[in-house]
Amino acid sequence: MKKILIFSLITVFTVSILLIGTSCKAEEAVEEVEEAEEAEEAVTEEEEVVTEEEEKEPVKFTWWHIQTVAEQALVWLDLADEFMAENPHVNIDITGYENENFKAKLTTVMQGGEPPDIFQSWGGGTMIEYAKAGLLRDITSFLEEDNWASETFTTGLSAFKYQDKYFGVPRDMGIVGFWYNKDLFSQAGVDIPTTWEGFLETCQTLKDAGITPIAIGEGDKWPGAFYWEYLATRIGGEEGFNAAYSRAGSFADKPFVEAGEALADLVALNPFQSGFLSAVWEADASVTFANGDAAMILQGQWGAGQFESVNADIMDKLGWFPFPEVEGGAGGPYDAIGGGNGFIIGKDAPDEAVEFLKYISSVDSQIAQVGLGMAMPVVKGAEVALEKETDKLIAEGLSKAEYYQLYYDQFFAAAVGSVINDNIQGIFAGTMTPEQVAQAIEDAVAQEMD
Amino acid sequence: MKAKRDDDIARMEPGENRYIKLKDRLTITWFLLPAIVLFLIFLVYPIVQSIYYSLFDWKGFGSAVDFVGLGNYIRILTDKIFLKAIGNNLIIVVLSMAIQLPIALILALMVGRKLRGRGFFRTVFFMPYILSEVITAIMWMFLYNADPDRGFINAIITLIPGVVARAWLGELNLVLLAIFVVLTWKYFGFHMLIYMAGLQNIPTEVEEAALIDGANRRQLITHVTLPLLGGTIRTSAYLSVLGSLQVFALVWIMTKGGPVNASELMSTYMYRYSFIRFELGYGSAVATVMLLIALIFSLAYRRILVKPDYLG
Repeated sequence: MKKILIFSLITVFTVSILLIGTSCKAEEAVEEVEEAEEAEEAVTEEEEVVTEEEEKEPVKFTWWHIQTVAEQALVWLDLADEFMAENPHVNIDITGYENENFKAKLTTVMQGGEPPDIFQSWGGGTMIEYAKAGLLRDITSFLEEDNWASETFTTGLSAFKYQDKYFGVPRDMGIVGFWYNKDLFSQAGVDIPTTWEGFLETCQTLKDAGITPIAIGEGDKWPGAFYWEYLATRIGGEEGFNAAYSRAGSFADKPFVEAGEALADLVALNPFQSGFLSAVWEADASVTFANGDAAMILQGQWGAGQFESVNADIMDKLGWFPFPEVEGGAGGPYDAIGGGNGFIIGKDAPDEAVEFLKYISSVDSQIAQVGLGMAMPVVKGAEVALEKETDKLIAEGLSKAEYYQLYYDQFFAAAVGSVINDNIQGIFAGTMTPEQVAQAIEDAVAQEMD
Repeated sequence: MKAKRDDDIARMEPGENRYIKLKDRLTITWFLLPAIVLFLIFLVYPIVQSIYYSLFDWKGFGSAVDFVGLGNYIRILTDKIFLKAIGNNLIIVVLSMAIQLPIALILALMVGRKLRGRGFFRTVFFMPYILSEVITAIMWMFLYNADPDRGFINAIITLIPGVVARAWLGELNLVLLAIFVVLTWKYFGFHMLIYMAGLQNIPTEVEEAALIDGANRRQLITHVTLPLLGGTIRTSAYLSVLGSLQVFALVWIMTKGGPVNASELMSTYMYRYSFIRFELGYGSAVATVMLLIALIFSLAYRRILVKPDYLG
């Protein structure tokens, strides 16, 4: 009998873990199913259209994006449907991946030498590697035709340029800054900090008031790298970065070490939510912040869209301020770390894919994207869609930036970008000194560039 | 018998003997061919290729041109993080030997041969093993939860007075332990099943004889059952060690080897370099080192530990 009892207990343990684990996921699964159904509908519709008209040679191309929030993915589906209705011979195969899954999946197909036809890109070093390997299609002639480029884009196009050739277009360009919860700020009686010293004090005051000052998804590593990169930008300025990048100086130089020291000062206050080292941005940190469990979060322009999808109530309390200045730093107060999203074209893409890219870069499409918080405008005439106060602040910050630096992990090739992110996590965990981190980054850059 | 066979051979024509052997060989070759071809294409060729690429500084695009000789290997063996990864792998191996296998063995002995509902327990204990590693990892991520206020496990343990919620996957000194719990949960059923099969091979007569000779239950287990189970235990330990050296999906999904390499294993290290940093030459070198470690272990284990068993 005793045995049966023990075994029953173990059984209950094993089975219950199964049930609990699966039920946690059930809600999200429903959403995914709905999305999949929508996608299927889109596919069946387009098939019907194709059979009606058979004048042009049927063309099929693939499109990978990373919009997983349902309303945002719908923007793309609608645009694709419209385009396919207007061009019945075109068939677009759309797949929306979660951010990290996208990177993993893309890696595989890129190694296999079979890129998708249109796909998400952040430009910079990663894109340049693809371009060097001949995996991308040069679309410069399309951009010059009818002055598409000059008449459409206000900013961001240069991120998709390599050796005077363009491989894609932006759809979003913005900067990283602090999102904050106005209610929690007034509850603790603090104002927007403008200096790093002030920022540290703000964190301490919030903490004393029993409020978690900062949410961060450091399990993803890049959210923490924003801090270090911004501090390096504030301390060393454009010159500091250029000196290191041109190899006249190095990434182990003073500004980069001091950035690590300033960051270590912040970490010493322990201002983050508990468990931040394994938390990720999308599933954890954004939820913590949107639910009002933390007062601030350092994120890019896509923050608002994500917060709204988690908890729409946050939108009334949501504020934004630029990264604080560092006293005595060489960088200007509006110099910005940022970047954006865009789409690039795979090497085997048909002309129709580029035409479609042009189609989705329209003002109307931009306005829809801006309205959903999934983009900051890069197309002329789309600024009118900037209704939210926070969007206007970011746009203002972007326009005032005298020096605009693409996030380091995108600016550099993956071999360096990953080293940067991995090592900065060491400061957050307290396992590495600022000097070690700067040296490790310098070593990686040196190996890549020298 | 032997004399007769020698006579037969002697009576054969000299050429006939060779002919039969050749014919046999041809038949054998034909039957082996499909397997050999598959083996060569999908196992030997990639390994050779991997060793070849490990001598280059190669990013995965285009052909490898930047020859660095053994440079990658020198870098690996002097990299503190890789040494830490080996250490973590060893910790998992030792913990598996010391905790997971004994649990499986004890359960197998307890389930024994006569327990009512034995089939039911066996099925349930085996269930986690059937789940894919990915599903297991995602499930346990929810159970551990990055936010200590929300995780199921924390909710349960904080019911005990004095126990505080922990970020199981977010603390440098807890994360490996947390992962080991998942590994145990997933694999103990498999080892239990192996032991149960082994137990069934032990003839009941032997145990009965021991009981008649006056052995008590403990003596029976330590002096009769366990020695007779020796071969099975060695097999299971062997599988467990190799498995521990190769754990990947579970850890990669749950922690990506982090935070700050606290749960870094050789496999996650290899993946990071190969497919995150795109240093495929270096990644290939890591894979080769892993292969060597597993190979050396395998050969040594067979040489030293696998002796003839009492039972075939």
